[in-house]
Amino acid sequence: MVMGEVSHKIRVLIAKPGLDGHDRGAKLIARVLRDAGMEVIYTGLHQTPEQIAKTAVQEDVDVVGISILSGAHMALMPRIMELLKQEGMQDVLVVVGGIIPPEDVPELKKMGVAEVFGPGSSFEKIVEYIKQNAKRRVA
Amino acid sequence: MSFSKESLRKVADEFKRWEETTLAKTLAKAPEIRKEFTTGSGILVKRIYTPLDIRDLGYVRDLGFPGEYPYIRGVYPTMYRGRLWTMRMYAGYGTAEETNARYKYLLKEGQTGLSVAFDLPTQLGYDPDHPLARGEVGKVGVSMPTLKDMEILFEGIPLDKVTTSMTINAPTAMLLAMYIAVAEKQGVSMDKLGGTVQNDILKEYVARGNYIYPPQPSMKLVVDVIEFCTKNMPRWNPISISGYHMREAGATAVQEVAFTLASAIAYVEACLERGLEVDSFARRLSFFFAAHNDFFEEIAKFRAARRLWARIMRERFGAKHPDSLRLRFHAQTAGSTLTAQQPQNNIVRVTIQALAAILGGAQSLHTNSYDEAYCLPTEEAVRIALRTQQIIAYESGVTNVIDPLGGSYYVEWLTNEIESQAEKYIKKIDAMGGMVKAIEQGYIQREIVESAYRYQKEVEEGKRVVVGVNKFVIEEPIQIRLLKVRPEVEKAQIERVREVRSSRDDQRAKRALKSLREAAESGENVMPTVLQAVKAYCTIGEMCDVLREVYGEYQAPTIY
Repeated sequence: MVMGEVSHKIRVLIAKPGLDGHDRGAKLIARVLRDAGMEVIYTGLHQTPEQIAKTAVQEDVDVVGISILSGAHMALMPRIMELLKQEGMQDVLVVVGGIIPPEDVPELKKMGVAEVFGPGSSFEKIVEYIKQNAKRRVA
Repeated sequence: MSFSKESLRKVADEFKRWEETTLAKTLAKAPEIRKEFTTGSGILVKRIYTPLDIRDLGYVRDLGFPGEYPYIRGVYPTMYRGRLWTMRMYAGYGTAEETNARYKYLLKEGQTGLSVAFDLPTQLGYDPDHPLARGEVGKVGVSMPTLKDMEILFEGIPLDKVTTSMTINAPTAMLLAMYIAVAEKQGVSMDKLGGTVQNDILKEYVARGNYIYPPQPSMKLVVDVIEFCTKNMPRWNPISISGYHMREAGATAVQEVAFTLASAIAYVEACLERGLEVDSFARRLSFFFAAHNDFFEEIAKFRAARRLWARIMRERFGAKHPDSLRLRFHAQTAGSTLTAQQPQNNIVRVTIQALAAILGGAQSLHTNSYDEAYCLPTEEAVRIALRTQQIIAYESGVTNVIDPLGGSYYVEWLTNEIESQAEKYIKKIDAMGGMVKAIEQGYIQREIVESAYRYQKEVEEGKRVVVGVNKFVIEEPIQIRLLKVRPEVEKAQIERVREVRSSRDDQRAKRALKSLREAAESGENVMPTVLQAVKAYCTIGEMCDVLREVYGEYQAPTIY
């Protein structure tokens, strides 16, 4: 990348924390974001919060998309947010997708999750949201 | 269908005349709403089907009668006139006590079989106090680390009176052993037990993600369970070969049939390699399919699967006993079709899907609850789902006549179409060296991802209507009551498993784990040693760790 260039392709990490094996959504969104011109890394299944934070740093991503359908989000998300902060990634845009009861959404946002996309979310809107909100950092 | 040449010619002439006159006039005035019409899985369909479309179908050869080859009209001679399907709701959450209460509730409300949902730590062989279990204990199912929990789960439920299905795969041996041990304590010997373990590891690599070991040793464990049950548990289904999860991951109806039967072929071959005789185990193989949205396609799918399996068993494997040729299946309505938007609409979707399963000849059925796009179902939501089955069974009249859609020009044509397309897939998989190889090469995964992507694109582009999601949308506050798993469950389960570990005869447990290791290392059937370990109150984590050390763990490639 040329020095002084202020934007690059948005880099996204799609991650599956915990033991949940349902990754139809994660794989689809990975592909849709890639088609939308972003650079996408998908972690695969069964990732610990530590592994996810580490990968986010190593891959120097702008966005972390977490997919959880097992109901473990309220246990896993605080840890993931804390580790990202510890790694100095407080500017990274964190979005969550999956089976999330509406009453948990405000709590997740308080932790620093930017947005939650439940079942039926339009992929077009997700792409738009990420484009609008990902922090374009100086390369 | 066994029509005379003369009458077919007449139909053809009349059809041509109809197209050129009556139809053409209408089309000139009012074109159809789309250029092409396809099934939910993308099979192109015509506006009408006639005898011309099934002219090669021989009634006796290709349809026959229920309870007889090729079983397309039903696996039993009287079907629902003799006995209704088993109403079996997949359930489990929190601790064994809570799930036991849910089972008693469901039985009281008229459910006729049990189906256990285990939590993810149990399914992946971790104890509740393992770091990876954090947040997952009791969430998608009941936590079941030791025999102690299984004892509580079936407290007050006589195991000689119900049949139980357990959705368990990588650690099937351990959970089956726990069930046998609990039954023994109730005074019921294992030969009297009826039920099913899923034990279908291949689809875990493809769709469901709950694998532990690499494919080769996993296949060995699958066969261990089949061999053990064949010898000791004549009423037990030691495997439920599942298309459901692949369908949920995005597979089409054709892919669901093809990949499920390709898995089944792999299991049969593995059993034959073990030295089992085909007619000794084939009659206890069972299947599990999804009941998706496209009504006729689903009915045709179930029928096609039955005929294709009967042919495979007879022609490819030389099975002789009629029971070996029958494809018996459980169905579940398609969870992926449930919407978070206007959730009550899901009750209607489930009704249509359930009806397809019954018209398709299912042996047992789970109906999803309308709140499942949010969480595990509440009691009220489950009751409605169960009532849906009861209304179909007792009010709709569809149970009176066997395979009532048999002979429909469209359904028979579609059945043929699905069967022949699935056969082509199976040939392709055979050429790759079979299902295990096809999975190892990522072929099956790629095929499913492609279908899922196509489906999603159609939804995004509005070509595929999802009511309440991309059409007929309303602004709505979600006003349904949701079930919440108590956060204390994890702590309680950690305490219980630690209590079990400290109060058991530790020498006995250690000896049992050592025997398990020796059995695994030597390649003998692990079931007897697993049974001993379970009775010594070894935990699921301890037993699965022993096998992890012997077999290694599987690292999946990421394919999208």
